[in-house]
Amino acid sequence: MTTDVSASPLPTGFAPRQYVICLKGIVWREGLRFLHQRERFVAALVRPLVWLFIFAAGFRQVLGVSIIPPYETYVLYEVYITPGLMLLIQLFNGMLSSLSMIYDREMGNMRTLLVSPLPRWFLLSSKLIAGMAVSLPQVYTFLAIAWFWEIEAPLFGYLAVLPALVLTGLMLGALGMLMSLTSKQLENFAGAMNFVIFPMFFASSALYPLWRVREASPLLYYVCEFNPFTHAVELVRFALYCQINWLSLAIVGGCTVLFMIGAILAYDPSRGFLARRGEAGVGT
Amino acid sequence: MMHEVTSIEPAVAITSVSHCYGKRRALDDVTFSVMPSSFAVLLGLNGAGKTTLFSLITRLFAVQHGQIRIFGQDVGRAGAALRIVGIVFQPRTLDLDLSLLQNLIYHAALHGIGKREAHARAADELSRIALSERASDKVRNLSGGQMRRVEIARALLHRPRLLVLDEPTAGLDIKSRADILAHVRQLVVETGTAVLWATHLIDEIADGDDVIVLHGGRILAHGPVPRVLEAAGAPDIRTAFTRLTQSAEAQIEAP
Repeated sequence: MTTDVSASPLPTGFAPRQYVICLKGIVWREGLRFLHQRERFVAALVRPLVWLFIFAAGFRQVLGVSIIPPYETYVLYEVYITPGLMLLIQLFNGMLSSLSMIYDREMGNMRTLLVSPLPRWFLLSSKLIAGMAVSLPQVYTFLAIAWFWEIEAPLFGYLAVLPALVLTGLMLGALGMLMSLTSKQLENFAGAMNFVIFPMFFASSALYPLWRVREASPLLYYVCEFNPFTHAVELVRFALYCQINWLSLAIVGGCTVLFMIGAILAYDPSRGFLARRGEAGVGT
Repeated sequence: MMHEVTSIEPAVAITSVSHCYGKRRALDDVTFSVMPSSFAVLLGLNGAGKTTLFSLITRLFAVQHGQIRIFGQDVGRAGAALRIVGIVFQPRTLDLDLSLLQNLIYHAALHGIGKREAHARAADELSRIALSERASDKVRNLSGGQMRRVEIARALLHRPRLLVLDEPTAGLDIKSRADILAHVRQLVVETGTAVLWATHLIDEIADGDDVIVLHGGRILAHGPVPRVLEAAGAPDIRTAFTRLTQSAEAQIEAP
């Protein structure tokens, strides 16, 4: 079938429904890619489970956790580190999504996204939402396995933690997106990940309460306090117990907005530095 | 939301466009236009500035100097102008792990086209390129020529009025090249789509085409083939291209 397009009227603007279609399409494609990479799913689960079943079991006898909010009683070390491990999944997911953006840039797929007539900010936000959406089933699968390990949160907590996970997923995804701009090649990014993932994870409250960190090193304590990952962990920890840590919420929300604006500006054709170095947002 | 075209506007009008990467000037005062329902060839060697120009037309880069209008809409001001542009990039941009159909549906979503409509259009386009039976195959299982055809089908899915192709036949065998060229030429006739076809292969130019000779970021000649031949004082387009580029090189080297 052929359609004569030469006399058709010129379209302008988009209806809200078309924005929704576009968002759904980007999430659908990210989901398909994730399903095609089963080993990525397995790896995403094995990593925190190793920490939970081996590291935490070993350290349970060494590290005591006093009663600190949101916990109302002494908790096992496994229980304490569970929120940190949930965030570890999201941290890796955010970085891997960014890695896929570099891969897409190298392979040219990124152009398909960036030449869509919809606004660039919307496309990149949709990409972030898609990456975050992919992290949620991973986190909940981890929680389900942890539940069988008798790490149980209040039943409502599993629902209450969802908005927190959405926010932290977006923050870590936006951070990854910003990082992806600094690397032209996959190999460079792999190195950059080591400078982000491990320092962020270890210099946070994921593995040890901050009061213990302060006892060991005041300097490290301040580093942890300034680490947005710490606040992401605390936001999720409190949400899992049906509470809101307002300070963490404000910091995670602020960082999410900041990182997203940074990434959107950098990918903007008139402001982004990809164009300045002749990369076209996307290869050469 | 639509607005009617009241007069014949160029499909793409490029006016005094220059572009630099740092201190290196990639395009220098480029001006030309492509009219609707026409086939225009952007002819230039590697490094002539073709891909930079395509990146500006498709809004991957912001226009630094000059103006690019697509059917009268300034690309720099209205990204929505890309709604009527179909794009085939030089590197392959299909997702190899998705099927042909999934690639097309994804592209449709990026243009705000719903699933039902997207499926119908995808079926039409796959039928047009004779790949309907392979709709569920992964793209990585296709040949280079077939991938290019899928990319063209994808570029046509949102019914563009202007199709821009950056070296679409690069790396293909002679038959695939001829098939793709014939396919796109047929589109111009059947649908009235304007085509801007970038290439360094002179044998892809036909007598009825408009030719834009780009070299070192500058337009050396522009117009129908006879006018370009006349400007270069050459009997054929190959000789014309050689004379024009050698003359430009000589001017650069002259003290």
